[in-house]
Amino acid sequence: MKYVDEYRDGTLASRIAATITAEADPARRYSIMEFCGGHTHAICRYGIEDLLPANVDMIHGPGCPVCVLPIGRLDMAIELARRPEVILCAYGDMMRVPGSDRTSLTKARAQGADIRMVYGSADALRLAQENPGREVVFFAIGFETTTPTSAVAIKQAAALGLRNFSVFANHVLTPSAIQTILDSPEVAASGAVRVDAFIGPGHVSTIIGSAPYERFARDYRRPIAVSGFEPLDIMQSILMLVRQVNEGRCEVENQFSRAVTRDGNAKAQALVDEVFELRDSFEWRGLGTIPDSALQIREAFADWDAERRWQLRYTPVADNKVCSCGEILRGAKKPLDCKIFGTVCTPENPMGSCMVSPEGSCAAYYLYGRWRDA
Amino acid sequence: MCLALPARITELHDGDSATVTLGGVRKQVSLALVEGAEVGDYVIVHVGYALSKLDPAEAERTLALLTSLDAGAAA
Repeated sequence: MKYVDEYRDGTLASRIAATITAEADPARRYSIMEFCGGHTHAICRYGIEDLLPANVDMIHGPGCPVCVLPIGRLDMAIELARRPEVILCAYGDMMRVPGSDRTSLTKARAQGADIRMVYGSADALRLAQENPGREVVFFAIGFETTTPTSAVAIKQAAALGLRNFSVFANHVLTPSAIQTILDSPEVAASGAVRVDAFIGPGHVSTIIGSAPYERFARDYRRPIAVSGFEPLDIMQSILMLVRQVNEGRCEVENQFSRAVTRDGNAKAQALVDEVFELRDSFEWRGLGTIPDSALQIREAFADWDAERRWQLRYTPVADNKVCSCGEILRGAKKPLDCKIFGTVCTPENPMGSCMVSPEGSCAAYYLYGRWRDA
Repeated sequence: MCLALPARITELHDGDSATVTLGGVRKQVSLALVEGAEVGDYVIVHVGYALSKLDPAEAERTLALLTSLDAGAAA
């Protein structure tokens, strides 16, 4: 496949690894956080950590929308799905995440709720057209990559006058999460979690561009490389960051220039801005309640907002005490530091969200056997 | 769920939609988020929508850089 295969050349990858090893200063440590769960998945799948010298450490970030959604928001979706008139449409990754009392969308469906797994918002819109007597709700989650696709669906529903379609919006913002990590006591004050540099998300950045990260490079003195998702992309980004650290530079570099520009996708940004506005605050699993870190549907599109239509209220729910998802999402722990990883908590029987989505660190570690030799 | 892959546009349809092909798999996707996409262009597809067009010149440049990194290691 063009634009895929050529970035997976194993021989070239080991040579880039040799360059990283040659250039990484043995007296230094390089703690690099890959923000995005897609990168975490690729790093595990291709065994990238095995190619790196011991002093280059990958810290897995919170960029997995399924993982950061708190239990209380999932409970709201389950409550909605149990209404007899509702067809709830969800992304496949959400289906097995445990909510309160270990109920998941899969379990609610087994108990009779009408929950459909969809590929995207367009499928949900089609279901609404095909089921005029039912209320079709799209359970929208995701970072900036996915938000424009929800905006398009809402605009289309408005244009069609489709009144039995609505969106339960849970869209969150990448820069808010990066800022929260940099300001967290673990990173900023105690230094318990060390983050020297970031691999910036690739697909999020196709929409928002690379410019929003410039303030982190400037104000927080952290180098950032926006990266593609193939193994050579990630290796090259790591090399770029090792070089920035060595040279004392703190810049935003764009490794994924074939898809990302500095300013991003203006058309998608305008659509998002037309349909969504900042939410005062939003709770993230692991990161806590963060002001201005998520979006809600604007008043002009209130008729398509499931939260308004059913007057849904958010009730925070504490995570399972033995589950380490919160610390894992902040980079404070790795999956193997969790007591229940791979024993009580497995992809077949997940206790926490990070074991469900393929972009969750725990699921990626488990799936690719990153725990066997540990 | 943030998975997105580059696919080639093979056919344009009415209403901002197109057929794309990826490793022999054909799929209909929305072009509502991109401007001026043509048959033959590669687009990054995510949950049924094209997010951005791939820039062939930049792709070449990245590959050339990867190869030069390689040469650097051999030197």
